[in-house]
Amino acid sequence: MNVPEMDWGPLWLTLQLAGVTVVVLLVVGTPLAWWLAFTRSRLRTLVEAIVALPIVLPPTVLGFYLLIALGPHGLIGGPWKDLTGSALSFTFTGLVIASAFYSLPFVVQPLHGAFEAVGKKPLEAAWSLGASKLDAFFTVASPMAVRGYLSAVVLGFAHTLGEFGVVLMVGGNIPGVTKVLSIAIYDHVEVLEYTQAHFLSAVLLIFSFLILTIVYTVNRRLPVHVS
Amino acid sequence: MNRLDARFHIDYPGFRFDVACTVPLDGTIAVFGSSGSGKTTLLRCIAGLTRAPSGFLQFDEAVWQDDAHGIFLPVEQRHVGVVFQEARLFSHLTVTQNLKYGMKRSHLSRRRIAFDQVSELLELEPLFQRGVSHLSGGEQQRVAIGRALLTSPQLLLMDEPLASLDQQRKKEIIPFIQRLTRELSIPVLYVSHDLNEILQLADHMVLIKEGRVAATGPIQEVFARLDLPGLVESNMVGAILETRIAEHEPQFGLTRVEFWGQSLFLPQQALPPGAPLRVQILSRDVSLVVGAPPATSSVLNTLEATIVEVSESPSDQYAVEVKLDVGCPLLAMITRKSFHHLRLRPGQKVYAHFKAVALS
Repeated sequence: MNVPEMDWGPLWLTLQLAGVTVVVLLVVGTPLAWWLAFTRSRLRTLVEAIVALPIVLPPTVLGFYLLIALGPHGLIGGPWKDLTGSALSFTFTGLVIASAFYSLPFVVQPLHGAFEAVGKKPLEAAWSLGASKLDAFFTVASPMAVRGYLSAVVLGFAHTLGEFGVVLMVGGNIPGVTKVLSIAIYDHVEVLEYTQAHFLSAVLLIFSFLILTIVYTVNRRLPVHVS
Repeated sequence: MNRLDARFHIDYPGFRFDVACTVPLDGTIAVFGSSGSGKTTLLRCIAGLTRAPSGFLQFDEAVWQDDAHGIFLPVEQRHVGVVFQEARLFSHLTVTQNLKYGMKRSHLSRRRIAFDQVSELLELEPLFQRGVSHLSGGEQQRVAIGRALLTSPQLLLMDEPLASLDQQRKKEIIPFIQRLTRELSIPVLYVSHDLNEILQLADHMVLIKEGRVAATGPIQEVFARLDLPGLVESNMVGAILETRIAEHEPQFGLTRVEFWGQSLFLPQQALPPGAPLRVQILSRDVSLVVGAPPATSSVLNTLEATIVEVSESPSDQYAVEVKLDVGCPLLAMITRKSFHHLRLRPGQKVYAHFKAVALS
């Protein structure tokens, strides 16, 4: 088969989007997962349900609400516009925010489980040995939860790669800005360019399969930390 | 002498924890009670791991908690070592990294316990190269004790450190704990529900029952309290004597120990002459003789005693408890019939015959 004339832009954009989204989610998701693992607040079950919503909601529903929220008068888009002077919808930043909501459970849930498995006990030991709360988090809890982090990064990344409905709703289809791989494939199919669609689909399939295989291999070799 | 002054109040559903005690910061202070009595809660409150909503805690001159003035020092700033029931070693670190975790975080000016000193005391060197998960329960607990000691704590808190070990491992660890207070002069607060451990280790004792302090004081005094059998549900103990090994008599299988210049005989011990040995006497093993002891008797152990107090036995309606002074308190449980026959009264001089048991 001849390699067709390809536009690599969507692939590159997709990787960027997934990478940035995962970083954002680790920063936001770690404290959230920590809180879920250790709080005794009654709000916990409520927050857990909200975090899990993107798993069950149709992406178009999530995308619809995000479109409104990110719009120039929306809950997020409004303040953003006042702050920066530019709108969020149909931009790469808007896409990152939308993806973060979309992939939130895939990062928070593995971390939550990992922190719960580590538990309070090693932390109490670390504190009693003179470690501050933050010190104990970085030197005891995080290394012991390393498998949780690995799962969170991979699932968050892979889930963002395959995102379609939400992107279409809030990002549109702007080449180089919001036109990600899944949308490019859809476009090719629409105009009956099956060769290109085949090629991009195969790239996504092989890539996803490869990273999942690598992760499961690495995960098996990592020691299990049970307190 | 430095003292620890603790008062805590916590209302749990169906359980009130209300403890107030002052203990000397010297030697081993045992916190004894049955499970669910609140002794671990007391340790956690002292460590700062549990915050009693209403509490006061003063260590020597330093106030660690005073809710009347909004003071609560977090655990990492109290400079206490904590040894938990489970070793709680960090499984992602090596044995050496575990040992140095707290040491690295203690300020140089505070460090007064050297790595080599702890390693030698607890015989840790053979463990350095081993993975944490490949250590036995007893080895893990030794590493955990070493890790806590290397922070050079001003107080070592031990929460049932032997409870998860079998008898053989317990026997291995107890000598190490005895050496801690002697060689490093760190006060140890030792929580346990095992009377035998306490009798071997403790100098001072806090008896906790149903969330309250039922008795507190030097161990010899607490174990000679007439109401003690009712408190510990055991009429086992009559006295704890601090003796010193004098000589061995292998031909008779006996060891002679000295107590206040008098000789006592025990089954032969493995310790060298001059070594201290704690001896336990059970109150039901003590019999009393009025007047001079007969010159010929098969009884080996006799001490001159003065009767201090007589009371009903809480455990046996046909017996009485006699509290004696033999240089330290000694309880004797005798029959009501003997008590009337001998016409015993406080201040009277008698001779106490007994069988002695070494605590080890």
